[in-house]
Amino acid sequence: MRLSPDEIIFWQYGLIKLNATIVFTWALMLVLVVGSLLVTRKLSRNLTRSRWQNLLEILVTGIEKQILEVGLRDARTYLGFLGTLFLFVAAASLATIIPGYEPPTGSLSTTTALALCVLVAVPFFGIADQGLGGYLKSYMEPTFLMLPFNLISEVSRTLALAVRLFGNMMSGAMIIAILLTITPFFFPILMTALGLLTGLVQAYIFSILAAVYIAAATRSRKPKPQSAPKP
Amino acid sequence: MDSLTLIAVISIVMAGLTTGFGTMGPALAEGRAVATALTALAQQPDASATITRTLFVGLAMIESTAIYCFVVSMILIFANPFWNHAITQVAGN
Repeated sequence: MRLSPDEIIFWQYGLIKLNATIVFTWALMLVLVVGSLLVTRKLSRNLTRSRWQNLLEILVTGIEKQILEVGLRDARTYLGFLGTLFLFVAAASLATIIPGYEPPTGSLSTTTALALCVLVAVPFFGIADQGLGGYLKSYMEPTFLMLPFNLISEVSRTLALAVRLFGNMMSGAMIIAILLTITPFFFPILMTALGLLTGLVQAYIFSILAAVYIAAATRSRKPKPQSAPKP
Repeated sequence: MDSLTLIAVISIVMAGLTTGFGTMGPALAEGRAVATALTALAQQPDASATITRTLFVGLAMIESTAIYCFVVSMILIFANPFWNHAITQVAGN
């Protein structure tokens, strides 16, 4: 039994391997990019619009609303990054209904890459929002004694992001594989349906956590929108 | 018992123990979290969106500890470094 789709190798030339993770990642990227290109090629501005445009509008406005609820003020700035994270992880787990497909998020390499993107994006957005000094000062909050702990939390939450997504995806695939050998007909279908649900929840959690981290890095300087009314 | 059998026995037993004991704490914690969230939902149905979102994020945080235990036991069973080392030594001799 294999632990991750890294071990399925389609083509190999010397050190260069083409494993299932890379192939399915690129297939997903192709589907997402070409699909959205096809949909956005002819957008309508009046009330009659195609159902695909409706789908994309629901997705974009929904993600934007969630980002606003987390506490990021101008959601359009972060919509590209957070929306891409959510759409990729969600599509990777939704596509498990296709036979022969292995979710690329079930490989630790993919989830580590996604978590490293978050690790880079948090200082990027933080510096873009409050400048280099202001961002570095946020490591000293509330006192400078907290500096090592803040640095440790930066690393450990990246590790947690990667291992959480990997563990959930890998455990879903592994439970289905084990059930296929024990009760081959009915129960694997139920577990696949459950895997779809947990996959979507994990996609939501991954992007919400990234949004929360970015909000924590950008918000500290800004004043509260409204204070409590004075009695 | 030679070292190969010893490694196999200890790996399998520890994999079971890791998942067994490691999921007890998160299970209790998730039960408490969901119960508290349900109480809050019953008291303030208007705040359901915020409560549900916070509950999901919190559940993911709690569940990740159980996932770590699961990953460790999967590594012990399927990608055990000590087992691989012992196998290569046996194959070498």
